[in-house]
Amino acid sequence: MKYVISKNVDSFFTDVSDVFGFVVRFFKEVFKPPFEFNEMIKQCYNVGVRSVALITVTGFITGLVFTKQSRPSLAEFGATSWLPSLVGIAVIKSLAPLVTALICAGKVGSGIGAELGSMKVTEQIDAMDVSGVNAFKFLVVTRIVATSICIPLLMMYAAFVSLMGSYIDIHSHENITLLTFFQNAFQKITFLDFASTLFRSVIYGFTISLVGCFKGYNTTQGTEGVGKAANMAVVVSMFLIFIEEMAIIQMVNWIR
Amino acid sequence: MQKEKGHIDYNTPVIIIKDLYKSFGDNDVLKGIDLTVYKGENVVVLGRSGTGKSVLIKMISGLLKPDSGTVNVLGYDVPSLNEKKLRELRMKLGFSFQNSALYDSMTVRENLEFPLVKNSHHLAKKDLNNSIERVLDAVGLLQSINQMPSELSGGQRKRIGIARTLIMQPQIMLYDEPTAGLDPITSTEINNLIVAVQEKFHTSSIIITHDLTCAKATGDRVAMMLDGQFVKVGSFDSIFDTKDERINSFYEYNFIQ
Repeated sequence: MKYVISKNVDSFFTDVSDVFGFVVRFFKEVFKPPFEFNEMIKQCYNVGVRSVALITVTGFITGLVFTKQSRPSLAEFGATSWLPSLVGIAVIKSLAPLVTALICAGKVGSGIGAELGSMKVTEQIDAMDVSGVNAFKFLVVTRIVATSICIPLLMMYAAFVSLMGSYIDIHSHENITLLTFFQNAFQKITFLDFASTLFRSVIYGFTISLVGCFKGYNTTQGTEGVGKAANMAVVVSMFLIFIEEMAIIQMVNWIR
Repeated sequence: MQKEKGHIDYNTPVIIIKDLYKSFGDNDVLKGIDLTVYKGENVVVLGRSGTGKSVLIKMISGLLKPDSGTVNVLGYDVPSLNEKKLRELRMKLGFSFQNSALYDSMTVRENLEFPLVKNSHHLAKKDLNNSIERVLDAVGLLQSINQMPSELSGGQRKRIGIARTLIMQPQIMLYDEPTAGLDPITSTEINNLIVAVQEKFHTSSIIITHDLTCAKATGDRVAMMLDGQFVKVGSFDSIFDTKDERINSFYEYNFIQ
């Protein structure tokens, strides 16, 4: 077979074109009836409710550990009263969206990649298509929409739990009420900060599910391919999350 | 036992394939396939694994596009169909997959309900239940209605796969290796089911297989495929009445197996 440039370069551009086609198809299908509401609610449950326990533990530990690690440095300057503000900025602007996205990339992204991958290799996706059901809309659109909705909600929950973890540590050292803690924590948070965090979470949710769906939907090579799809769904989405984090924060700084 | 052919309408072709070519990279899979299937006819496509038999029925159902040639199914030119027309055609086709392709996360009932509910939105619950019971009864598995696919045997999965296609009342059935991986008794049951479906539901079928017993039991006509081409098309007996070494070795190998 002849290649335009070389095998690897050709394959890279083919992949880029396939991803682009996949995204275009998603936006074409998402606004077109019939809407698969029941399946979307089921996916919201899978992505959102089933991730709550994991997010609770990781979010709580993140807030608690960050506070414990930051205390000695601030104590040197006698500035431990700034801890709530510092934690608030760190958690809301960076830790909560990133931790939520990375946890979900591992849990949700790999799950979607493996599920769709195994459906692909066992011809269940073909079976849906030949029975007159739009498999892309039923499987891909519902998962991407559900994840894009649930990750921002999980992020807000993770931020709350992180702040609670932080409060427990601060409360054990200083006599501060929960209300005062939250007032201080949100003192330096602007609307733009909150909006950018929310926007980033939507983008992360979209990315995680898009990569998982793309890898799963295009799985080849049998069960080995399913493992690869799940693995690549996690690796690629984590990589993209960091790139997006950098790009969006840069954009927000320009706006600011 | 040779099948009777009284039910075939030779004036009404339902599938017309002409000069069909398909390759994957350097691998030329189909090299000029011509085939006509008539209303009510069961045509068996016989050949070794990897000769492109499954690719052929995937092109008939629009899952793959040919490189060149025409595929006309029930008057639809399949490769040129838009999404809406393709869905319209697919509702007239039943595709029984090699590994049944039952939806793992759904019970047998939900597997059968799924295509019906998605394609007929205003179906009453009573009609839905009647349809499910009718096809489950036809494949003899009414008792498995609430089981999960993982609880079924290979033969039962095949039969549920066939039931799931029958529920849409297709005009054409496409069977991909219906007896692969089954013991001889279960294979015979599946062969009988294929013939029963043809007689009861008046379907035309293409049956992809490498199993000679299946070919003989289910086919009104057999098309022998070797290296991406049909080398002979005719009755089961006429196919093997030949001096072609490749066909004879296929026959002998099957019975030694």
